[in-house]
Amino acid sequence: MTFLDAAVALIFNAILNGAPLMFGTMGEILTEKSGNLNLGVEGMMYMGGAFGIAGAYYYGRMAGENASGALAILIALLFAFLAGAFGALIYSFLTITLRTNQNVTGLALAILGTGAGQFLGEYMRIREGGYVAVSIALKDQFQNPVFPAFLQNIPVIGKIVFGHNLFVYLGIVIAVLMTVYFKKTRWGLNLRAVGESPATADAAGINVNRYKYLATVIGGGISAIGGMVYIMTIAGGVWNHEGLAGEGWLAVALVIFCLWRPLNALWGSALFGALMILYMRVHLPIPDEIYKILPYVVTVVVLVITSMRRKKEDHPPESLGNAYFREER
Amino acid sequence: MRERKQPLFHLVKRSELPAKYAWMIRLLSLLAAMLVGALIFLLLGSNPVKAYGEILSGALGRESARQRVVNIAVPLLGVALAIAPCFKMKFWNIGAEGQITVGAIGATFFALTFGGKYGLFAGKEPSLLLLLMMALGSMLCGAFWALIPAFFRAKWGTNETLFTLMMNYIAIGIVKWLQGGPWEGKPGSQIIPNFHASALLPKVFGVHIGWIVVLVLTVLIFVYMRYTKHGYEIAVLGESTNTARYAGMNVAWITVRTMLLSGAISGLVGFMIVSGANRTLYYGVAGGVGFTAITVAWLAQLNPFAMIVISLLLAVLSKGAGNLETVMGIPTSISDIITGIILMFMLASEFFIRYRLVRSHKESKEAKKA
Repeated sequence: MTFLDAAVALIFNAILNGAPLMFGTMGEILTEKSGNLNLGVEGMMYMGGAFGIAGAYYYGRMAGENASGALAILIALLFAFLAGAFGALIYSFLTITLRTNQNVTGLALAILGTGAGQFLGEYMRIREGGYVAVSIALKDQFQNPVFPAFLQNIPVIGKIVFGHNLFVYLGIVIAVLMTVYFKKTRWGLNLRAVGESPATADAAGINVNRYKYLATVIGGGISAIGGMVYIMTIAGGVWNHEGLAGEGWLAVALVIFCLWRPLNALWGSALFGALMILYMRVHLPIPDEIYKILPYVVTVVVLVITSMRRKKEDHPPESLGNAYFREER
Repeated sequence: MRERKQPLFHLVKRSELPAKYAWMIRLLSLLAAMLVGALIFLLLGSNPVKAYGEILSGALGRESARQRVVNIAVPLLGVALAIAPCFKMKFWNIGAEGQITVGAIGATFFALTFGGKYGLFAGKEPSLLLLLMMALGSMLCGAFWALIPAFFRAKWGTNETLFTLMMNYIAIGIVKWLQGGPWEGKPGSQIIPNFHASALLPKVFGVHIGWIVVLVLTVLIFVYMRYTKHGYEIAVLGESTNTARYAGMNVAWITVRTMLLSGAISGLVGFMIVSGANRTLYYGVAGGVGFTAITVAWLAQLNPFAMIVISLLLAVLSKGAGNLETVMGIPTSISDIITGIILMFMLASEFFIRYRLVRSHKESKEAKKA
C-alpha cells in the first residue's frame, strides 16, 4: 500500500467515524445558540441509537422480504429524531418553563437517556433471544455509498468525496442549512439574539421561550440521529451500548472546538474521527490510550486559547447556561 | 386592549416557604415520580407493586445487601459534599468524575509501590501509615486535577463547565493507559493487580471505614459552609462576583481555594473506592458517581445532612434494581430510568417551592377596580 492509499483510507475512515459526532455536535450547536447548555447529549444519542435500531429492526421483521431500504432509513431517522426531541422537550420544560439549573438538568437527562437507551436495547435483546441485528439487506442500505461507482472510481478524491453513506451527505446538508439559517435569515438572527441577550431580545418583541424551546427540541432530535448513525453504520446494525459510550460527551467537546459554527463541525468531526482511529493506522511512539485522549486535550487547548484571545465572535453565546427570568431583569 | 393575549396565570415569587412545607412538596414530587415509574412497569406488563417490593427487599432484605447499599452511598455522599462549596459559589465543577479517578491513581501509586514490601508494609493487616500516605496522595492528585480548570477560570475566565468535563475523560484515558502499560499485572491482561492487604481500608460493621469518614466530613462541610469565613466568602461570591470584589475579597484565590478543597475531597473518595471497595484500579473507578453526586448535592439544596438521605435513596434504587433482572426479567438499567425520573421530578419541585401560580385574570380586574 502506498502512502497515498493509506492517506485516502485514513481520511475516508475519519469521515465515517466522525459522522455520528457531526450530528451530535450540530444538534448541540443549535441548542447552545439559544443559550441552553444541554449536557444530556450523551443520553439523547443513546435514545436515538436504541429507538433508531428498534424502528429499523421491527420494520424489517414486519415487512420481511419486501422491506424497502428507503423506508427503513426514514423510519430509523424519524424514531431517532423523535426520541431525542422527547428527551430535549423534558429538558426544555424543566429549564425554560420551570427554570431549573441547566447543568444539573442536563446531567439528569444524560442519566435518564443513557438508562432509557440501554434499557430498550437490553429489553429487545432479552425478548429476541440474545441478539438484535438488522437483516443484512437492510443494513447495506444504511451503509452503502449513495453515489454510482464511476464517481467513486475517480482517483484519490473519488472515494473521499463520493464514497460515503447517505448520512454523511445528510449531515453536510444540515450544516449548510444551519449556517444559512444563522447568518442569512431573520429567525436565525433572532435565535442568536436570544442566546446572547434574552432580555434584549425580549424587549425587541422576540418570543424568547418559543425560540429556546424550538432550538433545543430540534437540536436534541438532530443530536439523537447521531446515535442512530453510529449503531446502524459503525456498529453494523447490531445493538451495542458499549460503543456509543462517550460519543455524546465528545460531541459537547466538539461544539467548543468548532466555536459554535456548524460548518466547522464538518471538518471538526472528521478530525475527531481521525483522532479516534489514528492509533490503529499511524504508529508513533505514544501508547494507544494516550492517543485516544487527544480529542479532549485538543478541546481543552482550544477552550483556553479562545478565552485568552477574548475575540468576541469566538466566544460561547453570552447567556449560555443561564435561565431567563423575565421578572428578574 | 390586548387583554386576550395575557396569559391565564402568572408567577409570583414566594416569600420564604417554611422548611416543613418545602420538604413536603419534595416528598410529593418523589411520590409522583414513583407513580410514573409504576406506569413504566405497567407498560412492561409487570406488577408495579411487586416491582417496587422487589427493589426494597433486594436492597434492604439481607445484611449483605444493606452493606452493599452503604457501599454505593458512601462515594455518592462524599462527592456531593465535595461539590457543594463549588456549586454554592456558582462554579459549575462537573469534573468530580475525573477528580475521583485521579485521586484513585494517586492512592494506587502508593499501594503498588509500598504494599506488601519493605517489611514495614508486609503484614496481613491494613497499615495505618500506608493508608495515610494513600489518602494524602489521593487528595493531592484530586486537588491538582481541580486546580487546572480553576486556575484558567480565575486567570482568563475560561468556561469551567466545559473544561472540567474534558478533564474527566483525560483522567479516564490515563487510567486506561496505566492498566495496559506501566501498572499492568499479568502481561496482556490489561488489569492492575489487586492491592496487598496492607493497602486495604479496614471494615467496621462489614463496610469499609470510608462510611465513617464521609459522615465526619458531612459535619465538617456543614460547619465550613455555614460558620466559617471561607464559607461566607463562598456564599457572597455565589450571589455576586462584583459584590465580593467590592467587599475586597480576592475572587481568584477564593475560586482556586474552593476548587482545591473540592478536588481533594473527590480524590479522597477515589482512594476509598479503590482501597475499600474495588481493591484495585480500573478505568471505570468513578463509574458515573461524579455526575450522579452533582444531582445529589443539588437536590439536597446543598445541605450536607439532606445529602445523606438522598444518596441513600439512590443507592437503594440502584442496588434493588439489580434484583429485578433476576426475579422479573427487567433489565438493570431500569434503575437509571427511575433515578432519572426522580431527579427530573425533584428538580421540577423546586419551582413550586420558589414560585406560586396566580390567576392573572382576577388580579387585573382587581387592579382596574382600584
